[in-house]
Amino acid sequence: MRSTVVKKVIMAVTGLIMIAFLLMHMYGNLKMFAGEEAFDHYAHWLKGDILYPIVPQGWFIWIFRTGLLAALVLHIWSAASLSMRTLAVRGPGYDKFKPQAQTYSARTMRWGGILVGLFIVFHLLQFTVKVLRTGFDANAGPYEMFVLSFSTWWVFAFYAVLMVLICMHVRHGFWSAFQTLGLNSSAKSQRWLNLLGIGVGVVLYVGFMLPPVAVLIGWVN
Amino acid sequence: MKLKLRIWRQAGPNATGKLVDYDIDGVSEDMSFLEMLDLLNENLTNVNEEPVAFDHDCREGICGMCGVVVNGIAHGGSSTTVCQLHMRSFADGATIEIEPWQAGAFPVLKDLAVDRSAFDRIIQAGGFISSNTGSAPDAHAMPAPKREADVAFDNATCIGCGACVAACPNSSAMLFTAAKITHLAMLPQGQPERYSRVKSMVAAHDEEGFGNCTNIGECAAVCPKGIPLESIAQLNRDLIKSMFTKDGK
Amino acid sequence: MTTTEEVTHLERLDIPRNLQSPTAPSTKTPTDFFVEGADISDGKAPDVGISEMWKTRQFQARLVNPSNRRKLSVIIVGTGLAGGAAAATLGEAGYNVLNFCYQDSPRRAHSIAAQGGINAAKNYRNDGDSTFRLFYDTVKGGDYRSRETNVYRLAEVSANIIDQCVAQGVPFAREYGGLLDTRSFGGVQVQRTFYARGQTGQQLLIGAYQQLERQVAAGTVKMHTRHEMVEVIVVDGVARGIVTRNMVNGKIESWTADAVVLATGGYGNVFFLSTNAMGCNVTATWRAHRKGAYFGNPCYTQIHPTCIPVHGDTQSKLTLMSESLRNDGRIWVPKRAEDCQKDPRQIPEEDRDYYLERIYPSFGNLVPRDIASRQAKNMCDEGRGVGPAITERAPDGTESKVSRGVYLDFADAIARLGQPAVSAKYGNLFDMYAQITGENPYETPMRIYPAVHYTMGGLWVDYDLQSSITGLYVTGEANFSDHGANRLGASALMQGLADGYFVLPNTINDYLADAPYEKLSAEHPAVVEAVESAKARVERLLSIQGTRSVDSFHKELGHIMWEYCGMYRTEEGLIKAIGLIQELKEEFWSNVRVTGVNEDFNQALERAGRVADFIELGELMCVDALHRRESCGGHFRGESQTPEGEALRHDDEFLYVAAWEFGGEGGKPVLHREPLVYKAIELKQRSYT
Repeated sequence: MRSTVVKKVIMAVTGLIMIAFLLMHMYGNLKMFAGEEAFDHYAHWLKGDILYPIVPQGWFIWIFRTGLLAALVLHIWSAASLSMRTLAVRGPGYDKFKPQAQTYSARTMRWGGILVGLFIVFHLLQFTVKVLRTGFDANAGPYEMFVLSFSTWWVFAFYAVLMVLICMHVRHGFWSAFQTLGLNSSAKSQRWLNLLGIGVGVVLYVGFMLPPVAVLIGWVN
Repeated sequence: MKLKLRIWRQAGPNATGKLVDYDIDGVSEDMSFLEMLDLLNENLTNVNEEPVAFDHDCREGICGMCGVVVNGIAHGGSSTTVCQLHMRSFADGATIEIEPWQAGAFPVLKDLAVDRSAFDRIIQAGGFISSNTGSAPDAHAMPAPKREADVAFDNATCIGCGACVAACPNSSAMLFTAAKITHLAMLPQGQPERYSRVKSMVAAHDEEGFGNCTNIGECAAVCPKGIPLESIAQLNRDLIKSMFTKDGK
Repeated sequence: MTTTEEVTHLERLDIPRNLQSPTAPSTKTPTDFFVEGADISDGKAPDVGISEMWKTRQFQARLVNPSNRRKLSVIIVGTGLAGGAAAATLGEAGYNVLNFCYQDSPRRAHSIAAQGGINAAKNYRNDGDSTFRLFYDTVKGGDYRSRETNVYRLAEVSANIIDQCVAQGVPFAREYGGLLDTRSFGGVQVQRTFYARGQTGQQLLIGAYQQLERQVAAGTVKMHTRHEMVEVIVVDGVARGIVTRNMVNGKIESWTADAVVLATGGYGNVFFLSTNAMGCNVTATWRAHRKGAYFGNPCYTQIHPTCIPVHGDTQSKLTLMSESLRNDGRIWVPKRAEDCQKDPRQIPEEDRDYYLERIYPSFGNLVPRDIASRQAKNMCDEGRGVGPAITERAPDGTESKVSRGVYLDFADAIARLGQPAVSAKYGNLFDMYAQITGENPYETPMRIYPAVHYTMGGLWVDYDLQSSITGLYVTGEANFSDHGANRLGASALMQGLADGYFVLPNTINDYLADAPYEKLSAEHPAVVEAVESAKARVERLLSIQGTRSVDSFHKELGHIMWEYCGMYRTEEGLIKAIGLIQELKEEFWSNVRVTGVNEDFNQALERAGRVADFIELGELMCVDALHRRESCGGHFRGESQTPEGEALRHDDEFLYVAAWEFGGEGGKPVLHREPLVYKAIELKQRSYT
């Protein structure tokens, strides 16, 4: 556990878990287009019937949340401990430095990651705990919450910007995870992993932003 | 050619350094970058100022002793080392900024010279094959597939100059460490110690105070010998495997 | 002793003569510059047949019990193939090794720059190679001026080197079947050269370096980088330690041990411009010479014909391109001097002089290194050189501009084979040329000129590699032993590793069998004397505070050496050179400017110490070249040539190793001859016309 590479492996695995979750989350959001009933039913099913009767009703969501939380905590822990170490040992910084290879995504992993973390807290307080309500009341259903929130321009704008950060984080994180897990074996695979990373980032952005756009312009209400 | 130089001057490891401006005239475009520094030093000596200290030796891009950051790029964007950078790549009247390698694990000794002995200690941790002189079987006793032998060679070309560390925003020496691990892992003779080697070398890398790799790719972009990022993936792969391998210790 | 031949040559050279010089040529003869000493011989090679000799010597040599080895210590200076390999091997054996190098890491020693390959009599090709053939080729290549017994052993252990290196993970080139590839090199008829692309030296050195670091980790070798050896400690004629200067903080320290090994490489940098690394120097061996070690054949230097020419007065070093270029390239200069600055593509065929093809029709462009080099110089001396004109300052201060370069033209090869084929064969060399010169060799002919590349001379050693100081061993390029007057291609790496891995570790035990020797305290008079003299020397260098930089002295020395002790040497020129060097030495010690202080990272001071030793060595090289009034290998004396202008040996007079003893400060060197005895090989005069 002392090795930086082991911490990176933890970060890679938990990152990939969270990317998988994001893809699933995005898929669920797209259910918006199937109408209020289907969307609410899906949300309800998530919290209730999944894996029943293997586990009692309502347990799955907590197992799932625990898993995700563990992934998130481990991800942040490894990132924080690696970053603190690196910031302490790296050079003082050049007067002049001309990057030769780094992408904007790679450069913004650290502070981008912190912003994404803060965003997750906000997001949970908004839609899960429902204490930061953006235009809906405590009893609103999932579909209603969604529509009411994204009809507000600044909520939309806030998400539109934050999703860029998330997708950039994912774009470098995706390629990086495979590299860390040792699955990049040639210049060709490196190119493909990078393209895939960009692809996943773009898919997530488009997939997540389509429903809010639909809400904002009034397709869905 | 006439140039303006901004050079990092630092009297010793514990002194504070600063960028100092110098004007230099009479630079020919056929001169190598280090010959330009020689000329500056000759001029400084003539006015009884102390010359700029910088490391260099073979001046043909193979010993790995030279290396400075020129205008923000390790080795100055030459395709090999800075000794192979020629003045014809600069415009007359240009300003050139020259800084030493920066990394916590590479303390500045003086001006542009840094201490890279941490690299030797990483090799000491396992960057070798334990084979005593005289104990070797015939060279043809163990054939090595050409493809792997070629990969081994590509990685063995590392000259240990430290540009990868200098360019890395994390001051990581992963590319250096990975090059040695991949070199030895690709050869049949390197197999017995393969997994213990990667563990101890990575541990030494961390202990020396190099940062961790975040897969940015600056290192490979400035590597004078073109060691690719996939070598780091090979290191990672071997390290992960070592956790499931008995001889990984 | 001036012949007509030599006078005409000098006139052709157009060397301005300074008749005011106190050492005007006519007043002195060669014998005025040295003193005759007693003959010497190697007493260590057993008197048995040559193929039994090494086995016999190993058996006769006394051994050191493994449990006693950890009580013994050995100092090794240098971490190249000869030093690094020896340090690793002695460490493995269990001795305490103290290893020193001036670079920041042992991995940077200049062995790293060798390109071509390493010879070994493996006969993997089934092409008739054998230990005896490699031995024969090496002796013949050395123009019969090497010691037969040592060369045979070198050929004998060469095969072990390849095994050893493969076991260490040296990535030699392989064929698709997974076995090692070999090629023919340097004009020999067998394919015995193993290689790792164009970086064989690097790969072999990294192999030795890894073994060395393994021993550092094991605690048997203590590595001291950025330490320069500045003095040797000799007690009653026995080497017992060294004095070093720490190049980071200037600390001058003494180190003592039971034996001392110098593996400090060659002294090509005496010429200022050479293919050696900037830091290569003679200080370690020269300090040992001053303390009693004989210097063998100092005048034998190898000059490599295919280097990139000097671009200007600020050039710091020269870069070699592989000799293989001469296989397909054609060498020429314009017939008329007035064409020399023209675009070479505009010079019609009939106005070109393919001089090697003209003079040596049967060998053409593939004549040996020394001939190709000398003829290039002759062409440029005639004013038919090409490329930028370089200022050459004659000893009397007059300056002239001379173009130093000849064309190496691939136009025919490209027309015959096509550009892709040429690029596949020589692409990396063409790229290197383009990077350094900024010219495209596919379009305009390359320019080449000879450069100093290797020094065959070095400290005299016996069969055990022990110098004339008891307990002081010398390995690799630093000794004189194996290459005679000329070294074959791909043999330098072979000798370094043979000495380091296999020879020294099997001979030094005979000496260490009597150890441990009495421990020396820091207060021992010999230690104090060595430390104090090193300190005094540094202080003296710093206190002069003159007006000329160290580099300007080094450059001037280089000019003198290159002009008079380079590719073409004459009695008159050498006598003149000695006078000039003596004047230069005087000026150096009264007018050099060394900035800074000792207690610092002071590169000017480092160079000053080295240049001071180079100046003294330069004088001895000239004396050696002067006394050897014959041509052999890389040493060409204008007075000794055939009517066709080829090198002419005089076996009746000069079949010996010249081992020079230091004659004291201001004294004359003492010549000891070691007669060369050829029992296994018959002497022959070489011919290439």
